[in-house]
Amino acid sequence: MALVLTEEQSMLRDSARGLISDKAPVSHLRGLRDAKDPTGFSKELWQSFAEMGFAGLLVPEEFGGSGLGFVEAGVVMEEIGRTLMPSPFLATSVVAASALSRGGNAAQKSEYLPKISNGSLLATLAIDEGAKHRPLQTSLQAVRAGNGFRLSGAKALVVDGHVADLFIVAARTAGSAGEREGLTLFLVNPKAKGVAVERTIMVDAHNAARIEFANVDVNADSVLGEVDQGAGLLDGVLDIGRGAVASEMVGLSDEVFNRTVEYLKSRKQFGKLIGEFQALQHRAAQLYVDIEITRAATMKALQALDTDVAKAASAVAVAKARAGTTATRAVQEGVQMHGGMGMTDQFDIGFFMKRARVCEELLGDANYHTEQLARSRGY
Amino acid sequence: MSESEAADLEEFRKQTRAWLEANCPPEMRKPATSDADVFWGGRNAKFSSEPQRIWFERMRDKGWTVPDWPKEYGGGGLSAAEHKVLRAEMAKMGARPPLSSFGIWMLGPALLKYGNEAQKKEHLPNIAAGLIRWCQGYSEPNAGSDLASLQTRAESDGDDFVITGQKIWTSYANFADWIFCLVRTDPAAKKHDGISFILFDMTSKGVSTKPILLISGYSPFCETFFDGVRVPKSHVVGTVNRGWDVAKYLLQHERAMISGMGERGVGRPLGQIAADSVGSDAQGKLDDSMLRSQIASFDVDEAALAACAERAVDLAKAGQAHPAFSSAMKYYGTELNKRRYEILMSAGGVDALEWESERSKQGARPRAWLRTKANSIEGGTSEVMLGIVAKRILDLPGA
Repeated sequence: MALVLTEEQSMLRDSARGLISDKAPVSHLRGLRDAKDPTGFSKELWQSFAEMGFAGLLVPEEFGGSGLGFVEAGVVMEEIGRTLMPSPFLATSVVAASALSRGGNAAQKSEYLPKISNGSLLATLAIDEGAKHRPLQTSLQAVRAGNGFRLSGAKALVVDGHVADLFIVAARTAGSAGEREGLTLFLVNPKAKGVAVERTIMVDAHNAARIEFANVDVNADSVLGEVDQGAGLLDGVLDIGRGAVASEMVGLSDEVFNRTVEYLKSRKQFGKLIGEFQALQHRAAQLYVDIEITRAATMKALQALDTDVAKAASAVAVAKARAGTTATRAVQEGVQMHGGMGMTDQFDIGFFMKRARVCEELLGDANYHTEQLARSRGY
Repeated sequence: MSESEAADLEEFRKQTRAWLEANCPPEMRKPATSDADVFWGGRNAKFSSEPQRIWFERMRDKGWTVPDWPKEYGGGGLSAAEHKVLRAEMAKMGARPPLSSFGIWMLGPALLKYGNEAQKKEHLPNIAAGLIRWCQGYSEPNAGSDLASLQTRAESDGDDFVITGQKIWTSYANFADWIFCLVRTDPAAKKHDGISFILFDMTSKGVSTKPILLISGYSPFCETFFDGVRVPKSHVVGTVNRGWDVAKYLLQHERAMISGMGERGVGRPLGQIAADSVGSDAQGKLDDSMLRSQIASFDVDEAALAACAERAVDLAKAGQAHPAFSSAMKYYGTELNKRRYEILMSAGGVDALEWESERSKQGARPRAWLRTKANSIEGGTSEVMLGIVAKRILDLPGA
């Protein structure tokens, strides 16, 4: 398959870009932040997303979705990255929808997927517990109790955690932290007794929460996939999320870069446009090359997720690692080349730097994924 | 791509795989490790082994030394999509290129675009069949990065040009049969406007070459001297004094070639090569955690670059490629290859320092390490590449 967008994918990009740049430029995020908006995103805009078929983009058509693939999800994520639009798309439409489509039984799928597609249900995966993304270190306990399970433990960096209608919780039903065996995914109602949600206001002004589970009872039907054997399902779902975040970071990097190059062409010092200085030209050129290479690696990963599952894990590790280093570099160069203006809150560039930092931590940073690649190659 | 096109391509893939399986000798299914493993063709060519000869002749007879050139010029007439399939199938079995040649990588594409019919008929089939080996007369002692300031003169004399001057860094000039050469045909014009692109036989009277000993101890490059070499005017490719257009077009192909020089995806992974000399701990991790990090970061970048190279081809096929993108790839690919060899030297430690011994295959690793330092200089330095990206792709201001 060619590593270029098809005509249909280009049309999808154009329509996503049209909507997002029109309704949710960076000023949209700024407004939500400044107003301390309790929802953290625009419900109206999410409804538009649903009407355009984006909310159920990955959901099979039989459940009211668009039945598209991960390359298409990446196209939308890249556009979200360009304007930093806060949206349930990542947590609900990419990660949770994939978990439910892949791991759900018939009843679970028909209960939740149509609601995701029509925009009426927000869902999110609760995975991280410590400061860093370490899925196998999951230690939130789920012990058998009566007909079901009793959950106790805590989760952090749960995207959209304070607005979600459904949690997908990674828990340990056997074994100990660090082991693949013994992981199980549970569907948990945020309103269940014993669930305490604390919205955490983050550096990037996007939604996240800490969640405590104090002896939360769930019935046996709440298991998503198989008891003790959740690692395989989780691997696949996490890789889908990582590919999507990498796409967001490509969009974010590209936008910062475009704004920076425009600045180099308009700002004058010493009687010259600063873009005439070779020191800046070469740094801009290096950044361009870095972004193009990362874009290709990310497309490769998304295609692998769609068509070549055996190669997907290492392709995703490469993409997320590259996206992390490239975005980090892009936002730093962006601020530096904008000079003092880059340090002001009034100027948008800082929003990109903040979001890049959060995207880097989401679902594993560059170090984590570089380590995964080394292990997969056996050294 | 329509369904029937996709089905045809799948059928082509099946047939290609079967043909390669049946025709590629087992000895030709591993990476080249020495100069003797590479067949360059030419009047004085010798095969280093029988399998090398068989493989070359079978591929030549199918037109697959130049799979995407038109059949009438000795090529395979494959479409871009078929060519990609053939490359992928060859890579899958580790098949070596049957013929390496500057005629294939550089001159051929330029002749296909700028050559007249007589020139195409005369030269392309000889390149495809490996009969003539070409070299490139571009750089001069005072025209390196600033190539357009070249001074080799071609003076008009009836139906001929008489060429006098000196070239440098001419790869394998001492083995080449013909040269494609940039000469100044109008000394009064602005520097880009008085250059012509001309072809001539290296056995012509007045041509001499002198190999240059490099830090690797090898002499892949020569100084090449022209002392009143007489060349028919019909050997100019394109228009007289418009040779810079041809030169630039050819450079794009040269840069694409150099960016692909690294040994991406072939042979053993770097981490395993390092484990041989450094050792591993009980978990199988390299016993040098900082070196391990360097290798892992390298592997990430190498895999990402491979995806970008694949995408560059796909973009070109879709007509969406920026003509200067090969400069971006050349910059990154050559810097990455240098990084690869720094890691290999570090991984090899003392063993990688031996220069003359059977054990070290006459210092193969340190010599290859030193050779890579030229990658970011030849065909345009990294700094020149970044300048091209800045000006032509990013449209930044200034000269």
